[in-house]
Amino acid sequence: MTRIVAELDRCIGAGQCVLADPGAFDQREDDGTVVVLEEHPADDTAVQRARTAVDTCPSRTLSLVE
Amino acid sequence: MATPPALQTARHCPYAPPQEHTRIRDADGGVGRVTLGSGQEAWVLSRLDQIRTMLTDARFSSDRQDPNFPRFSPGGRPTGGMRPSLIELDPPAHGAARRAVVGEFTVRRMADLRPRIQEIVDEHIDAMLAGPRPADLVRDLALPVPSLVICEQLGVPYADHDFFQVRSAAVLRRDTSAEDRDRVVHELVGYLKDLIASKAEDPPDDLLGRQLAQGRDPEDVLSLAFLLLIAGHETTANMISLGVVTLLERPDELARMLEDPERTLPAIEELLRVYTIAEFANARVTTEDVEIDGVVIPAGEPVVALSNAANHDPSAFPDAERIQLDRGARNHVAFGFGIHQCLGQNLARMELQVVFDTLFRRVPTLRLATPADELPYKDDAFIYGIHELPVTWGEAA
Repeated sequence: MTRIVAELDRCIGAGQCVLADPGAFDQREDDGTVVVLEEHPADDTAVQRARTAVDTCPSRTLSLVE
Repeated sequence: MATPPALQTARHCPYAPPQEHTRIRDADGGVGRVTLGSGQEAWVLSRLDQIRTMLTDARFSSDRQDPNFPRFSPGGRPTGGMRPSLIELDPPAHGAARRAVVGEFTVRRMADLRPRIQEIVDEHIDAMLAGPRPADLVRDLALPVPSLVICEQLGVPYADHDFFQVRSAAVLRRDTSAEDRDRVVHELVGYLKDLIASKAEDPPDDLLGRQLAQGRDPEDVLSLAFLLLIAGHETTANMISLGVVTLLERPDELARMLEDPERTLPAIEELLRVYTIAEFANARVTTEDVEIDGVVIPAGEPVVALSNAANHDPSAFPDAERIQLDRGARNHVAFGFGIHQCLGQNLARMELQVVFDTLFRRVPTLRLATPADELPYKDDAFIYGIHELPVTWGEAA
C-alpha cells in the first residue's frame, strides 16, 4: 500500500504539498513544516496528487513508498 | 580561451527566452559559459532538470560574501552593513532562520488574509473607477495592493510606503549606479533600524513585532525586514500588470477562467511560468567540483540558472512557448526551487488570485488603452514587468 513519508528536518515550509492536496497535507502553525494528514492515499486521484506533492516539494522532504 | 558572450538580459519578447539561451538549452547540452555585467565569467544552466538539481544540491552555495558569487553589475554589492539575510545563508544556519518566519506565510495564513486583501483590492478598484480614463493600472492597482499588504503585514506605517516604493524600484533597476544603489540601501536600512527599535520595548502584534517577541536578534530582524520589503513590493506588482495584459489579450480564455474560480490558480501558475519575472534570481557559487550532464564545473565557480529558458524547456513543458491557462503545471522554477524557494509565494498567489478574480468581474469592459506591443516593458530591471499600463473601461468614446 502506498505511503507518504516526510523527512521533517528537510522541510522549509513552502506549502507546495498543501497546494497539491489540502486534504492530505497541512502546515504547522509555528514553523510552517508539513503535517501529513492522510498517510495512505485512498485512491488513484489521491496517489496522483501525492505524486505532484513529491515532485513539487522544493526541499525533497516527501517521498512515496510502495 | 575566448571571452564567453555577454549574458543576454534584455528581452526581445515579453516572455520567450532569448535565442542565445534556447541555443544553449537545446543544442549545447544545457550547460554554457557567459560573461556577466560585472565582467565576471560564469557558468549557466538552462534545462529544468539541471536547475532543479543545482538548487537542491548543497555544493551550490548561496553565500554572497564569496568573491566568486555571480555579480550582475559592476561594483561591490551594497550590504548596508546588514547581516546576511535568509537568501544568503547555507545550511545549517538557513534552516533555523527560515523556520523562525515561514509560519507567517503558510497557505492557511494566506487564506486568513484573503478578506483583508479583498478589501484593499476593492478600495483600489473603486478609486480607479472614480478617476479619469485612461488610468494607469500599475499606479492605481498593481503597485499599491502588494505594497499595502506587505506594509500592513510587517507593521510599516502605510504613510511611508512611497518612500519604500521609490527606493526598492531603484535597487532593482539595472541602470542604477553603484553609488546611488549604496545610498538608497543605506536610507532603507536607516529607516528600518529606527522602526525596529521603536517596536523593541513593547513588540506589537505584527510580523516584525512577533519576531522581536520570539527573542530574535534585532540585527537579524533588520535583514529579514529589508528582504521582505524589497521582495514584496515589485514582484507581485509586475505579475499583476503582466497578467492583466495577457488575460485581456485572450478574451476567450479569460471568459473560460472566469466561469469557475477553481481555474484562477492554474492560470496564475501558467503566468508565473511564462514570464519568470525574477529570471536571474537563482545564482550560486560551487563549493566543490560538480558534474552536470557530463560537464564538470570546478569548485569556486559562479553559476547562474537561466530560469526563463528552463521554464520554456520543451522536454519539461509540452508546447512550452504557448500560453495555456489551463496547463496546470506547477513544476516551474519561477519561485526558484530548493531550500530558498520564495518565502512569500503563497502570499503572491493569494494577491494575484484576488486581483484577477475581482478586477475582470467588477470591470467587464476593461481594456488596454495602449496596444500590448507598445507598452513600456521593464527591460532595464532585474525583475521584469511593465512601467505603466494605461487601461480604460465603459462604452467606447
